[in-house]
Amino acid sequence: MTTTETSPIVPSFGEVDTGRKLAIICSKGNLDMAYPGLVLANAALGEGVETHMFFTFWGFDMINKKTMANLKFTMLGNTATHLPQGLGGLPGMTAMATHQMKKAIAELDVPEVPELLQQIVDSGGHLWACRMSADMQHLELDDLYDEVEAIINASDFIELTSGAQLLFI
Amino acid sequence: MPTTTIDGHTVHVNDEGFLTDPSEWTEPLAESLAAAIGIELTDEHWRAIHFLREDFAREGETATLRRISVVGGIPTKTLFQLFPQKPAKKLAYVAGLPKPHGCV
Repeated sequence: MTTTETSPIVPSFGEVDTGRKLAIICSKGNLDMAYPGLVLANAALGEGVETHMFFTFWGFDMINKKTMANLKFTMLGNTATHLPQGLGGLPGMTAMATHQMKKAIAELDVPEVPELLQQIVDSGGHLWACRMSADMQHLELDDLYDEVEAIINASDFIELTSGAQLLFI
Repeated sequence: MPTTTIDGHTVHVNDEGFLTDPSEWTEPLAESLAAAIGIELTDEHWRAIHFLREDFAREGETATLRRISVVGGIPTKTLFQLFPQKPAKKLAYVAGLPKPHGCV
């Protein structure tokens, strides 16, 4: 059907400032558990949503300079690979599974974790590190990715994400 | 498929208003599309628009922000300044292309 509108059809890109906020708590340090939070943060920022990421417990591996480029994926305890669990315990299997997953991600032109974090920051996202996790792992701000704004406690994070939608990963 | 007339240009669009036929796009039309969403085009905008158009002609799909920065050499921060809030979609709209499908 062909119709001609009198007033032009222009996409609605929403209000300039809707006040929508998203808080993503990253608590896991496996390669496969790092990406969902990063991809969603990146998508939210592309939709004009103010986005804050809070890294806690094993999620620290995503922002620890020593580990962030070297996250791993293991078949162990992950039935979604649909392979016998015993295979996952064989020597070299975690390295192989990690390699395969990194390859699959790279084929989609999705960058590695540090680069994706940088893209999130360049898109206006905020990165925060959990105080308790830093203390447990004896880490200072200097040990963390340079774009992490501060090490803050849980109350501070709750306060600064007042009114936000929240994802716990 | 509806047609719409923007600033004297009549084009085919989808329900949202994105052009459905990239060949109907012209540079004067881009000025009008940009104006319709409150953007005045500068040389930097044009650089992004031309990259997106050329990349679409080669690849058959609209580049994501990631691709525009890595392949097109226009930093992510700049894209957010040029097309505030929703750079990927606004840029695609002004370039007369579909919204990007990729997640990143």
